[in-house]
Amino acid sequence: MAQYFTLSDYSMSLPIILLTLFALDILLIDLWIPIDRKWFNAVTAFVGVLVSAAAVYLRIQRPLDAAGLPAQTAFMNAMLLDHFAIYFWYLFLAGAAIAILMSVRYLEIEHEHHGEFYALILFSVVGMMCMAAGIDIVLIFIGLELMAISTYVLVGFLRTDRRSNEAALKYLLLGAFSSGIFAYGLSLFYGLTGSTNLVVIQNRLAREMAGQAHANPIAVIALLTTATGLFFKIAAVPFHQWAPDAYEGAPTSMTGFMSVAVKAAAWAMLLRILIWGLAPLRPVYVPLLVFVSIATMTGANLAALTQNNLKRLLAYSSIAHVGYMLLGLVAGDAHSPMADGIKGILIYLLVYTFMNLGAFAVITSLRQREVIGDELDDIAGLYSRAPTEAVLMLIFLLSLAGIPPLAGFYGKYFIFLSLIESKHYVLASLAVLYAVFGLYYYMKIANAMFMREALDKTRLPISLGMRTALWISAFATLVIGIYPEPFIRAVNWSLGIAQVGPVASLVR
Amino acid sequence: MPQNYVPIFIFVALIGVLIPVTLLAAKLVRPDNPNKTKLMPYECGIDPVDHARGRYTVRFYIVAILFVVFDVETIFLFPWAVKFKALGVFGLIEILIFLVILIVGYIWIWKKGALEWV
Repeated sequence: MAQYFTLSDYSMSLPIILLTLFALDILLIDLWIPIDRKWFNAVTAFVGVLVSAAAVYLRIQRPLDAAGLPAQTAFMNAMLLDHFAIYFWYLFLAGAAIAILMSVRYLEIEHEHHGEFYALILFSVVGMMCMAAGIDIVLIFIGLELMAISTYVLVGFLRTDRRSNEAALKYLLLGAFSSGIFAYGLSLFYGLTGSTNLVVIQNRLAREMAGQAHANPIAVIALLTTATGLFFKIAAVPFHQWAPDAYEGAPTSMTGFMSVAVKAAAWAMLLRILIWGLAPLRPVYVPLLVFVSIATMTGANLAALTQNNLKRLLAYSSIAHVGYMLLGLVAGDAHSPMADGIKGILIYLLVYTFMNLGAFAVITSLRQREVIGDELDDIAGLYSRAPTEAVLMLIFLLSLAGIPPLAGFYGKYFIFLSLIESKHYVLASLAVLYAVFGLYYYMKIANAMFMREALDKTRLPISLGMRTALWISAFATLVIGIYPEPFIRAVNWSLGIAQVGPVASLVR
Repeated sequence: MPQNYVPIFIFVALIGVLIPVTLLAAKLVRPDNPNKTKLMPYECGIDPVDHARGRYTVRFYIVAILFVVFDVETIFLFPWAVKFKALGVFGLIEILIFLVILIVGYIWIWKKGALEWV
């Protein structure tokens, strides 16, 4: 019988274990906390995120660098801890931390301040970490389901709100359906190659493809079904219908969390599967990506123009951003993805985390006892009600639109650059054209904030947690925009082993 | 290879022939005297009281969900129990971790009052 897990496996997954412990802890402690002290759960969750981040640094990043290893596998090659995984882990933890800060006051206003909210956020981060670090499709799928199920519950967390219930039900049904299709595609790959490990799948697919003009039709079907599942999870256009509804109905702080961390996790999974596992099928999936990204940019940007609900508008804008990011995967010739494109995707996800959470933080703070606060009219005249927040919101909006001195510019810059370098001129011009559409609907919000009269003239109260979240996001958006050097270096570092060679030698 | 499909076509043809033949034969051979009790839908031996689309209380759902959770627990415990000797201390620790997580859930539903039939 083979050898089982060793101590180093557990040490490698320590951040995940710690998060799980904190989540269980919150569930238990919450039972004995009186209703007016529920903020304590948020503190526990926040500490849990910090402890987990410290564990990532001390137990994984530093030993890896000290040993000079590019990566290490754990749990019988199911988990690959490389810089790519560590990068995404930090991203998820940052997203979760900001979302927790945003939620405290909001949940009090909604009268739904339960510890389960924070426990579920931590559980979903555990799932995301498994997705980013998984190199075995079984682990990736379990991580995906853990994340998705936690998110379904979080979307429907406002139990007395019909919109929230409707959103959760739609999300659950469509999500379960797409997970089924995704699992079907993965099972076909298992049938084709006889392994669940992405590296082995890649080697065997490459061997089978060698010397053949066309891909095996079953491999193409498997690719289509797998890609359908992946596109659903990142909400690319033919499979995006759930996103605006789920984003609109979900608690606003949760919408922010979904649009950054959940989406980043889906991207980590997509990159792992498409670049690692299915690399030999790249000539087949590139045309598919081109089609989906054009459809995504067109559909989402046109739909966003007419929205009057802020959450719906940002939902469509987040779909549009997915369209730009998909272009990063298209760049490169038919056989090798271009590093610049992947770099662009990673930078995009990093800056998107902060600017989008920041924008959602401002929308979250509009929710008051009597005001739902997610319509365009509710943000009107924000400058007179809360000048600092209005200016910060303007920064986030300009960054989302990709205006140069701000972070959002660098995401778009690297992706468009990689497109031009790989001679996809038409795609690059299309993307730039659609970025102008984006500027229009973001400025529509800015116009309402600064040019219109407020319906409700009272000063907007901003809680301490919210203020911290806003400042962290704004600080990150500005710093990445003005001094991007260390972040670009971090992305290069995380992609240091994105080439398949060294990884393949690690997993035999 | 088209000839590889020949067995499948034979199977399909067999299904098409065999099922009507069996049903017909059964119809001809069996005694046929239906009465009211025989034609009632079978519901674990109890007389059905209402039609199936009637509404019933949401508490049944909670019980059903809790049942599923702890049912799945047993599914994981069985293979471990069968392979207990081979898995040794390692298996014992792993299953204990699994049980502790479930026990936290158990305490949680207990304190939340999901086990009480209000």
